Amino acid sequence: MVPDVVVVGAGIVGAACADALSAEGLSVLVLESRFCGGGTTAAAMGHVVVMDDSPAQFALTAYSRRLWEDLAPELPASCEDRRTGTLWIAADASELAPLRAKGEAHRAQGVFAEELSEGDLAREEPNLRRGLAGALRVPEDRVVYPPAAARWFLERAERRGARRREGVEVVAIGPGSVRTRTEEIPAGTVVNAAGAAAPLLTPGLAILPRKGHLVITDRYPGFCRHQLVELGYLASAHGAGIERRSASVAFNLQPRATGQMLLGSSREFAGFDGSVNRGIRARMIRRGLAFMPALAGLSAIRTWVGFRPATPDNLPLVGRWPRTRGLFVAAGHEGLGVTTALGTARLAADAILGRESAIDPAPYAPGRLFDDEESHHEEPGARA
Amino acid sequence: MPETVAFTCDGRAIQAPAGVTLAAALEALGAREGSAGGCAVLRRSVTGEPRGVLCAMGICFECRVTIDGRAHRRACMEIVRAGMDVRTGEVEFAASSLESPGEERIDCDVAVVGGGPAGVAAACRAAEAGARTVLLDEGAAPGGQIYRHLPGHEAPPAARAWLARLAQSGAEIRAGASVFDAERTGASWRLLALGAGAGGVLAVSTRAIVLATGSRELFLPFPGWTLPGVYGAGGAQALWKSGAPLTGRTAVVGGSGPLLLPVAASLAKAGARVAAVVEQAAFPALAAFVLSLGRSPSRIREAVRYRRGFAGTPYRTGTWIAEARGIGRLEGVVLADARGGRRELACDLAAVGWGLTPNTELARLLGCAVESGAVAVDGRQETGVPGVFCAGEPCGVAGVEAAVAEGQIAGAAAGGRIARLEDAWDGRLLTRARDRARAVAVRMHRSFRLRPELARLAREDTLVCRCEDVPLGAVRACSGSREAKLASRAGMGPCQGRVCGPALAFLFGWDSDTVRTPVLPAALGALGFAPAERAPEEEGLG
Repeated sequence: MVPDVVVVGAGIVGAACADALSAEGLSVLVLESRFCGGGTTAAAMGHVVVMDDSPAQFALTAYSRRLWEDLAPELPASCEDRRTGTLWIAADASELAPLRAKGEAHRAQGVFAEELSEGDLAREEPNLRRGLAGALRVPEDRVVYPPAAARWFLERAERRGARRREGVEVVAIGPGSVRTRTEEIPAGTVVNAAGAAAPLLTPGLAILPRKGHLVITDRYPGFCRHQLVELGYLASAHGAGIERRSASVAFNLQPRATGQMLLGSSREFAGFDGSVNRGIRARMIRRGLAFMPALAGLSAIRTWVGFRPATPDNLPLVGRWPRTRGLFVAAGHEGLGVTTALGTARLAADAILGRESAIDPAPYAPGRLFDDEESHHEEPGARA
Repeated sequence: MPETVAFTCDGRAIQAPAGVTLAAALEALGAREGSAGGCAVLRRSVTGEPRGVLCAMGICFECRVTIDGRAHRRACMEIVRAGMDVRTGEVEFAASSLESPGEERIDCDVAVVGGGPAGVAAACRAAEAGARTVLLDEGAAPGGQIYRHLPGHEAPPAARAWLARLAQSGAEIRAGASVFDAERTGASWRLLALGAGAGGVLAVSTRAIVLATGSRELFLPFPGWTLPGVYGAGGAQALWKSGAPLTGRTAVVGGSGPLLLPVAASLAKAGARVAAVVEQAAFPALAAFVLSLGRSPSRIREAVRYRRGFAGTPYRTGTWIAEARGIGRLEGVVLADARGGRRELACDLAAVGWGLTPNTELARLLGCAVESGAVAVDGRQETGVPGVFCAGEPCGVAGVEAAVAEGQIAGAAAGGRIARLEDAWDGRLLTRARDRARAVAVRMHRSFRLRPELARLAREDTLVCRCEDVPLGAVRACSGSREAKLASRAGMGPCQGRVCGPALAFLFGWDSDTVRTPVLPAALGALGFAPAERAPEEEGLG
């Protein structure tokens, strides 16, 4: 039986797409080269956050966060879903004006956010260094455990009749079918949700792997309560000319449900090199210590790297791919794949079913960007 | 009278002999009527189970306590200090106690990691060859597990000779240094170690590395194996050698391999009543192994001497510990045998060792190839990574004689004394000693091969990962260790899969997941150390 839709990739985005499409009554086959949630999803922090780099990013993240919130009562404990909120930290007085502007922009678009004074901040997170100027609290931001969430989405899709095949590597996507190492699988519609590997299957997709490091500690329940992010994070995370940008680090700390502290973040373009860059890791940790000196004594137990699927304009590629009949793309989410997986899945389902979406899908249309330079896309090597 | 040290544990005043490990001292807290000690409950697991010492040699992280406000310290790796404030149970966090560690840098020709027989021999030979040599060892003094001896007592004779030679070799000895990271830096290597002087980071730049990281016990899950009072076989012995009182305790020693004999002898000598020693291998296999030792009568004499150490205690073959029972702590074990018999035996100490498994984490981090669980080396003990040598147990468990021979070969080669082994004055002797010991090891592994019944001891609710309390049923459907990790958290705790990894390899044939840096938990402050790549513009704020 030919499935209505073949989803290529069972990361958080592919799994959420399978979930949304099967909910519409479509028959879905998911093909995954390794196992569900084992790629970038496994390496992700799982911060569900409203981001305001651009109006389109704000729209998609705010929409998606609402969908996570609606889903919260159904999520099993393994997904470790918690409403930790985010604290955007202003390091000094010069950052207070941008902080206030950020808060006003949030509120103007219906996302609750509140300014914390220096004293409020010290009370909320006593392990932060004294003397930080203040923070913006976005209390409805959340934290989930991404690989568990991906598995749960796929299992829910399977209960509706979706099928999964793991350990099956897709090597090409053509009109009307996908080709694996051993067979040709017919498919009316294909969704390329292969994340950082998506351009290997769909040449021309403007996606590059953007490597990141994370360090996790042993359990220290109560050490910190909110996801903490320096206000300068956006400056580090985004901007123009992505290919030439040098490596950057920013303070980003997440309290896991286990009591573990997950410390980030770094960004660099290094192909699919899965080795830990000790220099970048050290810079990233020292950045963390500059905000939170007490981190120095916490016992770190593991470092890993992941590859964010980055696009030149920091917006994902979601929708019909103009160059191949029957092909839809749901990839290129960079560091926001967990947050926007749910919104992406709705947009993808709407596009496939040819109906209107809750938010304007135009800014994410894959046809807005083409990358026809072959040299960008090396074969993925050893992945972390 | 030996000198004593006073400290507090959960507010209670404790006196312990100077030089003993904290784990050993805390075992005295478990004392019951008629005994000098008993198993101490040192922490609650992530699901609230009581836990005590298991490996006693820094591998399993079960004995984590909070010391002077620093959580997750291994009690088995800490020597008691006067005035230390020890807390068991819930993690207590005191921000004021956290400070950035200092840094110390060393440049050398050869860095030897691990101070057991292989490492000591390697350091001697490298230093004697004129190389600037540093020996990094996690223990309080070099010697490792085999040469371990009670504080204030003399080392065993074989150890004495080597430790004396080491002292005169010119090698720099850094005890208490846990290597947590290693990477190539141009033509040389950089090792980062913790615990060198005042909790600082020791950065060692070296032209060659000898990995002598030894082996650890293989732990197999069986019902009740997480109860305090169930120790590794080597773990129980190490605990006693590091100063734990065992007088008045009733012990059952079980598992597999020649290690069970010296363990039983040690426990008896320490004052425990050894109720039974059970070996899973069948008698004919065992007899064949003993007969094959005909060419090494010293080993037979050694075995006889150990056997006398617990004379009067039955030694049963084809028998194994199938279950541990007790509420909150060990009260008895169930013995099963090849004929289907089962019987319960009361005890408060079970020393369970299913054999040894090589410590290959650091080798794998450095990119060395591992085949069938052992680091692959050439005739000069060099791994496929030029400049990285490996000696002793990481190359496959083969005992102290192989370790001493290989340590010498590796140390001499790393020290640059010999370009090719054939040229060394004693190269041929060493090679012969190594090959003989390795041949015995092959016969030993064959004789003590673990029976398939042991893979069926664990039930669906028996924990396989003790750090994260993951039951067997939660991993069974997974495709391998990496999926198990993500699906169930098995292997995600501080021991980093050192306990459950080899167990899952035995149960399901899974390879271990990729090694992650740090290879041992390290303070974030230490991990933030990067001498070559300091980028001042990135530090500080504003």
